[in-house]
Amino acid sequence: MTYTFDFSFLAEYWPELLSGLMQTAQLSILSIIFGFLLGTVLAVGRTADSKAVRRICAIYVEAIRNTPLLVQMFMIYFGLASIGFKLSAEFCAVLAIVINVSSYTCEIMRAGIESIKKGQLEASDCLAMSWWQRLFLIVLPPATERVYPALVSQFILIMLATSLVSQISAEELTSTAVRIDSMTFRSFEIYTVIAVIYIALAFVFRIGFWALSQLVFPRLRRLGTPL
Amino acid sequence: MSPIVKLNKVSKSFGSLNVLQGVSFDVAQGSVVAIIGRSGSGKSTALRCMNGLEKINGGEITVCNHHLHQNVTKAQLRALHLDVGIVFQSYNLFPHLTVGQNIMLAPKWVRKQSKAEAKDLAAEVLGKVGLAEKFDAYPEQLSGGQQQRVAIARSLAMQPKLMLFDEVTSALDPELTGEVLKVMENLAKDGMTMVLVTHEMAFAKGVGDKVIFMHQGKVWEEGDGEILSAPQTPELRQFVGNGL
Amino acid sequence: MLTSFQIQALLVAALWTAGLSLIAFSLGGAVGLLIAVMRVSANRVLRAISFTYIQIVQGTPLLVQMMLAFFGLSILGFSIEPFTAASAAMVIYSSAYFGEIWRGGILAVPKTQWEAAECLALHPFQRFWLIIVPQGLRISTPPTVGFMVQIVKNTSLASVIGVAELTYTSKLINNSTFQPFTVFSLVAVLYFCMCYPLAWWSRKLEDKLNVAHR
Ligand SMILES: Nc1ncnc2c1ncn2[C@@H]1O[C@H](COP(=O)(O)OP(=O)(O)OP(=O)(O)O)[C@@H](O)[C@H]1O
Ligand SMILES: [Mg+2]
Repeated sequence: MTYTFDFSFLAEYWPELLSGLMQTAQLSILSIIFGFLLGTVLAVGRTADSKAVRRICAIYVEAIRNTPLLVQMFMIYFGLASIGFKLSAEFCAVLAIVINVSSYTCEIMRAGIESIKKGQLEASDCLAMSWWQRLFLIVLPPATERVYPALVSQFILIMLATSLVSQISAEELTSTAVRIDSMTFRSFEIYTVIAVIYIALAFVFRIGFWALSQLVFPRLRRLGTPL
Repeated sequence: MSPIVKLNKVSKSFGSLNVLQGVSFDVAQGSVVAIIGRSGSGKSTALRCMNGLEKINGGEITVCNHHLHQNVTKAQLRALHLDVGIVFQSYNLFPHLTVGQNIMLAPKWVRKQSKAEAKDLAAEVLGKVGLAEKFDAYPEQLSGGQQQRVAIARSLAMQPKLMLFDEVTSALDPELTGEVLKVMENLAKDGMTMVLVTHEMAFAKGVGDKVIFMHQGKVWEEGDGEILSAPQTPELRQFVGNGL
Repeated sequence: MLTSFQIQALLVAALWTAGLSLIAFSLGGAVGLLIAVMRVSANRVLRAISFTYIQIVQGTPLLVQMMLAFFGLSILGFSIEPFTAASAAMVIYSSAYFGEIWRGGILAVPKTQWEAAECLALHPFQRFWLIIVPQGLRISTPPTVGFMVQIVKNTSLASVIGVAELTYTSKLINNSTFQPFTVFSLVAVLYFCMCYPLAWWSRKLEDKLNVAHR
């Protein structure tokens, strides 16, 4: 083996990597926020009284979860363009990831919602709360707190999956690496560098989600015990 | 004065199991009615029907001028719940909220009270159950008896005209039972109308203005506390014999 | 609409997807078992190595792992064969997840089983491999089968280094026909047919395990 590693290109290209990193972070956070919201709506649908609503949500979730994100992305990006919607690659990327992550969030949140005991629902009904009040005050907060660790794992996976948007030429860390590779031909080195950046970003996300949990779950902050 | 609660030939079944078979009784304004009976005799079901938690299959219930029948709507039930409080055996406090938040929740969101109003009210009802200092604690930091008293306070904060209690002490050991019964006794003294399902015979006899013995889904015997000393039916005699 | 030749090409491509998945299941499973055992080993060094391995693999995108395998193999002096590189990446990727799933299963074996095994006067090695590991694997069958769905779907990333599996082939066909909805829907259906039975099976196993534990 006579290969010599050469990372000198970093001196010239680090600003591009930095902006790629920022784009990846931005893309991830946007997808996580909207994916969580849509997934929660779906989870409420999955546990609704109406059988038809439950069915529709189940079909959506199964269809999304059993097909690859990359294919979903192509379908949205090339498909929408073919019927005349000229949307930016970034928008299509977020749309595809949101749809994808919402189906996983749905299943996780559903487990959380189903963990709420019947007595809690009866108690809120007997306090004359409306359906909405019951959902937002009694059901969703503890449900979310209970499945939060699973949600975080899913969100980290989604952050990593944003690398796929390089395949529809949206700008982020991996597509930046592809571009630098084509100019420097230091393929192995550049992908090693972004691998390290992804590991660091995953670490930062974990810390961020921990901090967020301390902020939004006061009981957890005070007692530190699982709900 | 017309009764605040009136059950008229109420029947309720779960599938083929007829749990209530023509139950009728009245509850007078300001009185305490104790329902006793064997496990499975339909006591909880009767209480839950009075609060609309179970839909009845036949007969009629009138509670605080709300009429419950087979086709009662969600809106009618909500209106009923504004007037009737219920306390469960399993407390059912909201685990993610502090004691104070548990109590203020409904006054704030349902009664649309201001935060300050709700807070004063919460402090007041917590004082009534002797837990003023637990305002910022979480339910899991309290003993069973304390949690049950918070549940009573949470119901009181809605200023109900009628309170229902379903075996609120049966999950507690004797010492904790005593502190919860004390709170209920004080409520009775304050003139609250109460219907309670209980296994505490001494309490039923001492505090109850009326005692109802249920057996096989029917009101088997009813009267003041003295029916426990001088039962008319062999079933109640046997029940009292075992119970005391 | 697609020509019969194109449909045939997609079906052949589906075989490559299935083949790549099988390699990831089997070799990834073998390496994953090793990782799981290292994770629960008494030896600190082994635990540290396997922990780091999992952290690195689970902290980087599979797409980047594909690239690294592709260019890394050539640095090591192997000729650049996309299918080999994709297989290597898939094995590394799946081994880390299998390792983590099975570690959980092994740790979930009740303490009493370890004690019972000790009373049988079995050698520690036999104790672990004959009593604990089989039970740990059984406990973790539902998530294992569930992860197989991820494997099948993630073989789609092999397309970025030029493996002619389903996704790559569908992109080629789309480039020539420009009927993205038709092409990608058909491909999605093919993936669905491979994934859904696994997802369904995983759910059945889970239900069965829940009943058994009740
Ligand atoms: N939701 C339900 N579905 C089916 N059967 C029920 C349901 N709730 C109660 N039952 C049945 O109805 C009967 C009466 O139950 P209920 O809870 O009213 O009895 P109880 O007098 O309160 O007894 P306990 O003293 O044990 O609380 C029991 O046989 C019970 O199994
Ligand atoms: Mg009962």
